[in-house]
Amino acid sequence: MTETYREINLSSNHRTTEDTMPQVQETVFSLQSVGIKYGDFSAVSNVNMEIYKNQVTAFIGPSGCGKSTLLRTFNRMNDLVLNSKVVGEVAYQGKNIYDQDVDPVEVRRRIGMVFQQPNPFPKSIYDNIAFGPRNHGVKEGIDDIVENSLRNAALWDEVKNKLKSPALSLSGGQQQRLCIARSIAVEPDVILMDEPASALDPIATLKIEHLMRELAAKYTIVVVTHNMQQALRVSDKTAFFNLEVDEEKDTRTGVLVEYGPTTKLFTDPKNEKTSDYIKGKFG
Amino acid sequence: MCGSISILTTLGIIYVLFSEGINFFSQISIIEFFTDTAWRPFGDPENDAFRIGVAPLVVGTLLVTVIALSVAVPLGLATAIYLSEYASKRIKRKVKPVLEILAGIPTVVLGYFALTLVTPFIRNIFPGDTIDIFNALSAGLVVGIMIIPTVASISEDSLSAVPQSLRNASYSLGLPKSSTVLRVVFPAALSGIISSILLAMGRAIGETMIVAIAAGNLPSMTLNPGSQVQTMTGYIVQAVGGEASRGSLTYNSIFAVGIILFLMTFILNIIANYFTKRFREVYE
Repeated sequence: MTETYREINLSSNHRTTEDTMPQVQETVFSLQSVGIKYGDFSAVSNVNMEIYKNQVTAFIGPSGCGKSTLLRTFNRMNDLVLNSKVVGEVAYQGKNIYDQDVDPVEVRRRIGMVFQQPNPFPKSIYDNIAFGPRNHGVKEGIDDIVENSLRNAALWDEVKNKLKSPALSLSGGQQQRLCIARSIAVEPDVILMDEPASALDPIATLKIEHLMRELAAKYTIVVVTHNMQQALRVSDKTAFFNLEVDEEKDTRTGVLVEYGPTTKLFTDPKNEKTSDYIKGKFG
Repeated sequence: MCGSISILTTLGIIYVLFSEGINFFSQISIIEFFTDTAWRPFGDPENDAFRIGVAPLVVGTLLVTVIALSVAVPLGLATAIYLSEYASKRIKRKVKPVLEILAGIPTVVLGYFALTLVTPFIRNIFPGDTIDIFNALSAGLVVGIMIIPTVASISEDSLSAVPQSLRNASYSLGLPKSSTVLRVVFPAALSGIISSILLAMGRAIGETMIVAIAAGNLPSMTLNPGSQVQTMTGYIVQAVGGEASRGSLTYNSIFAVGIILFLMTFILNIIANYFTKRFREVYE
């Protein structure tokens, strides 16, 4: 346990030095006036932001502010919800993924997702990881993919002797790391994480957080969290979303209030709402 | 209370079957019953023509059942997959009652449907005398139609019970919907699907009116779907229909056939139950 803490601290220090160095940041996602509607209900309105390569970007905000909904527009998972409609432009490497000629299936292959509840397939550990590559036509080297993915998800040492055991026999935290390994196995560019640790105990949570920092070296990570400490621990950039209520029209919608480097947002927020939220005055 | 009534009824059925069955097997050896390949149970038992091997009835039953399943499994599963994964709620609301109506058609009506519509149709397709007027194919096809709702409804329930999170996992790995359905949802629902097929198989084996009307009553040791066959249930109908006097060997043979029928459907139900339970353990 103490060792895990030390590791987290080490990686935090490492990050701080990185942050202070001037660097050119490559944009992965660029959002222009993005809004999401379910029928007449507007869940999120007018979001403009950029997501940078090899960074961990955290979305924080009170429940119902649309942060998870917005996350699901990044890989078009919202398409699967009836009556949902995305307006504006979600550009991934310069291309709007909501253009007519974009195949949502290909988008999802390059932009993986880890969900709130661990959702391994009811198959063996090995088959869970091999599932993606196999279905994308990979015939050879599956063993290596499985091993590398599990290593990258910091799960290999725990499961290397029981790869044929059912994935559902693992603990919750192990299942979540298995799901991360399963995402990695299809070699995505971006991994979206929707409150990946909210169903886990504190120790499993720390392991996932530590893992996120390590994965940022290779992947771009966007994580939704309701845990501000988590955002502070893992992210380079933080976006604070809030619910905007219009009393007159009786409508409410999620908006992006403030977005910037995590340390800045938590120590010196520009917006009063952000300040109130991170001090725990609401939410 | 209601539960105990059905348990008592079942025990009563088992008691009658086996007590009468013992009468039968005190006169006919079990080995002869299972190994003889001709079933001519009417007339004088001393006559050489009198043969009491149950195999032709079992073969007839299995032939009809296999034909029925080859209709019901593809159509039933296609219906289930469509309803669970592709149909809108509105269509689902309309189609499900239609399935239930199909399940509610009296089988005597289906029997005449087989004899007066399906049989002439088949005989038109295969010219000459390849297809008897009474034949296993026609009866099997219509029994298949009869059990589509069993396959479709139970399979649909188990497909719908597969958590959305598994579909999301598959989509997030970049699999299209068709692969998600075939490689994730279908395997995850497999135990429920297998149990639906086993239950449907049990209904096909036990189905009586359709085969009594359309399959004929000539016990024959054949796998030719175009020929006349007799199933176990078909024989029981024929024997009960007045051709056997109470207490005679022929009369007792009804119970011997009944025991086999009972055991087959009973075992199928137990296996189906096992699969249903396994499915529950995985997801609840």
